[in-house]
Amino acid sequence: MSEPVAADPLSADVIAKVAKLARLELTAQEADRFARQLGDMLSHFADIDALVLDDVRPMSQPYALRNVLRDDTVDPGLDRDEVLAAAPATEDHRFRVPPIRGVAP
Amino acid sequence: MSGPASDIAMGVRDGSRSAVTVLEDYLARIDAREPRIHAFNVVLADEARHRAADIDALVANGADPGPLAGVPVALKDNMCTRGVPTTCSSKILEGWRPPYDATVVHRLSEAGAVVVGKTNLDEFAMGSSTENSAFGPTRNPHDPTRVPGGSSGGSAAAVAAGFVAVSLGSDTGGSIRQPAALCGVVGVKPSYGAVSRYGLVAFASSLDQIGPFANTVADAALVLQVIAGHDPADSTSIPQPAADLSDVLTEGVAGVRVGRIVDLPSGADPDVDERLEAALETLQTAGAKIVDVEVPAFTYGLTAYYLIAPAEASSNLARYDGVRYGLRVDATETNAMYAATRAEGFGDEVKRRIMLGTYALSAGYYDAYYGKALKVRRLIADDFERAYQHADVLLTPTSPTVAFPIGERTDNPFAMYLCDTYTIPTNLAGHPAVSVPFGTGAGRLPVGVQVLAPMLAEPMMFRVAAELERAVTS
Repeated sequence: MSEPVAADPLSADVIAKVAKLARLELTAQEADRFARQLGDMLSHFADIDALVLDDVRPMSQPYALRNVLRDDTVDPGLDRDEVLAAAPATEDHRFRVPPIRGVAP
Repeated sequence: MSGPASDIAMGVRDGSRSAVTVLEDYLARIDAREPRIHAFNVVLADEARHRAADIDALVANGADPGPLAGVPVALKDNMCTRGVPTTCSSKILEGWRPPYDATVVHRLSEAGAVVVGKTNLDEFAMGSSTENSAFGPTRNPHDPTRVPGGSSGGSAAAVAAGFVAVSLGSDTGGSIRQPAALCGVVGVKPSYGAVSRYGLVAFASSLDQIGPFANTVADAALVLQVIAGHDPADSTSIPQPAADLSDVLTEGVAGVRVGRIVDLPSGADPDVDERLEAALETLQTAGAKIVDVEVPAFTYGLTAYYLIAPAEASSNLARYDGVRYGLRVDATETNAMYAATRAEGFGDEVKRRIMLGTYALSAGYYDAYYGKALKVRRLIADDFERAYQHADVLLTPTSPTVAFPIGERTDNPFAMYLCDTYTIPTNLAGHPAVSVPFGTGAGRLPVGVQVLAPMLAEPMMFRVAAELERAVTS
């Protein structure tokens, strides 16, 4: 299987920043483990560094996307009560969330 | 066993077999072995019995239930089923009952199939062994101390164990073909856009594709024809009907150009390589022409995939935030609620990929990682295109190894990723591929050979797959 790679772990600052962007609360143990594992993976991924890619067009889909249009008619959507029934919290037929900026002290 | 799906459907349609009796055979096997194998997240025995009785009633009244009449099927538990729990084997979706059916579920139902259950997977389809499930691993029916492969391990094991006649999985980097190989069944990843993704819980949207598992190539073709074809609900669905696969299976391979990739990344075990050579010889004997081709960028597939797929996943999985469905861990403000919910609801591999994908997309690293991976993806597609000027199909191993012991690779994520070496480039290009059982390797465990074909060349791919199958079953 894979050779053991002596890769540099990602820094604690980078891991903290990425976790914040990803809205993930990590334990100290997880942050440490992901720093090592992501560092290891990125060192494997360095195999593409030698490729000359300046003139290569990026490919984000297997084929070119095209606009998909339909007639502007009203179709039945999902049933509101059925959808709301799956939510952790609702109020007045809406999704209920905690305060966006926290509770005033 | 109860015979191929095509035989079941034929018998039920002409009234010579009862869908209820067929179903009871399968349910009996589930009762006997499911506790050990754990292929299913949920078995829907009562619903299936009602459905089978309805099918028999339709036939008794002179109606035709369709091409899959009375065929017991299983669905990977990342396909939405109205009112039936759809978990993706994740705690974050445990208990969620979707308010709609996926298009494939609707089409199976319209064709007369009987849904027996929802199958286990690596959480959100991220993994190659079905060990990353919040509900515990699935075991390989050929050797329950070993993994069934993944991420569609439950669907592969369900067919291999005779729990259902056919099943559906999803394949983002090999998640149908690799478990098919390890469980000794046929697994098809169709061309991107051939099968609607409406109602498939998204992992990496530019790579995901639904496809069938079956005991025979003909059964896989039968199911694919039912589920394929344009769907207005999926904007990436190819606007044309499903390819007709009924006549190609008996055409043989005389004159077909089969490519051997001379610069294929090494790493397959000798017993697997030996089966690939045997497959090439078989096709040559049957009249195919073996040609050497080069696909130099194949070797960079792993890197491109493990940057692109996590990047797309980090975006797709942002929707699991404790607001509209699934788990919520309460907090005094929304951002803390999101972070606590996701910390509690996601497993280790999903968190790792969200972190990797977020990193690859973040300011300062985007060009070096995600941007570069998209360019490598183009190199791979271009190299395939050049190879297909000289070959109609390409042959590779499906998996570098036979089924490995449970627990062997869980501590080394990169070793797990290497399982996908031979399957990933197809997804990046968007092409179809199929894994066909082709004898056994070490420990008499199944080995699969993979047939790759150009975009929408499923008919040619199935021709070659059928020839390989004839060689091992005759």
